[in-house]
Amino acid sequence: MDKIDKAILHAMQDGILMLKEPFAEVAKKTGISQDEVIDRLKRLISEGVMRRFGVSVNQRKIGITANALVVWKVPQNRVEEVGKTMSSYREITHCYERQTIPGKWKYNLFTVIHEYDHESGKQFAKKLSKAVGLKEYMVLFSVKQLKRTSVATLKP
Amino acid sequence: MTASKLDEIDKKLLQLTQDEFPLTKRPWATLGDKLEITEEEVILRLKKLHRKGIIRKIGPILDARKLDLSTSTLIAMKVPEEKMEHVVDIINEYKSVSHNYLREHAYNLWFTITTSSKEELRRTIEEIKRRTRIPENDVLDLPTSRRFKINVRFQFK
Repeated sequence: MDKIDKAILHAMQDGILMLKEPFAEVAKKTGISQDEVIDRLKRLISEGVMRRFGVSVNQRKIGITANALVVWKVPQNRVEEVGKTMSSYREITHCYERQTIPGKWKYNLFTVIHEYDHESGKQFAKKLSKAVGLKEYMVLFSVKQLKRTSVATLKP
Repeated sequence: MTASKLDEIDKKLLQLTQDEFPLTKRPWATLGDKLEITEEEVILRLKKLHRKGIIRKIGPILDARKLDLSTSTLIAMKVPEEKMEHVVDIINEYKSVSHNYLREHAYNLWFTITTSSKEELRRTIEEIKRRTRIPENDVLDLPTSRRFKINVRFQFK
């Protein structure tokens, strides 16, 4: 990433404007052409700096209110396989392996699921449990979202 | 919170804007062509969805790991009811804390910390523990060892 890439991303940090040519604004701010802005965005996606370009929605506002952290106890030799299987489900937005704490915390695979209601969340966890053949898991529904911001922000 | 009603065009528009955003000079016109509506209508609909708070933003979604923010952990705490507000206020002050949720479990508070170094992460955790006075035994520090997936996208149905 060079200085211009950073400037482009910074200019779009709070989203693009809903003007007919939204990238014209970004081009003006960064002193390059619109075509170059677009080319650079495509490159940043292919390099993985950007996971995607598009809309971020507040899912709670459209009724997807059940957010659950589902934690799994997965045998070490199955983590890779189970992690990949779980990641293939669209309902799972996050899937991480985490360290355990002997005597205190035994769950090593963490998934976040989003559903329209608690019942669907529980059913989905059950379905996953069957699919991977693992019975030791817990569904931790969120009671309240206390903070949610973007981790990946850029300084000017 | 009551869910906003979306019509069929809104749903298709959100789906495309999420999954197949056209990186062209006139993206709204491209989207309009796909949905057989005008560029103006695309803009009007998106503005309305933004006003209603359904759309947070349309833009780049970056990968923290590629921005020198590669160290992260999940912390769980057992926080007594009467201390909750105070503890949450302290934790939410930190810019490195991106997500914080109250969950149904004995460990009732769950938050993530992301920093650019292990040292900074360790310091932040120690400081939070000291300031909130939650005993060591009531805290779980669960660092990420492998990331399989992060892809926050939805089906608009």
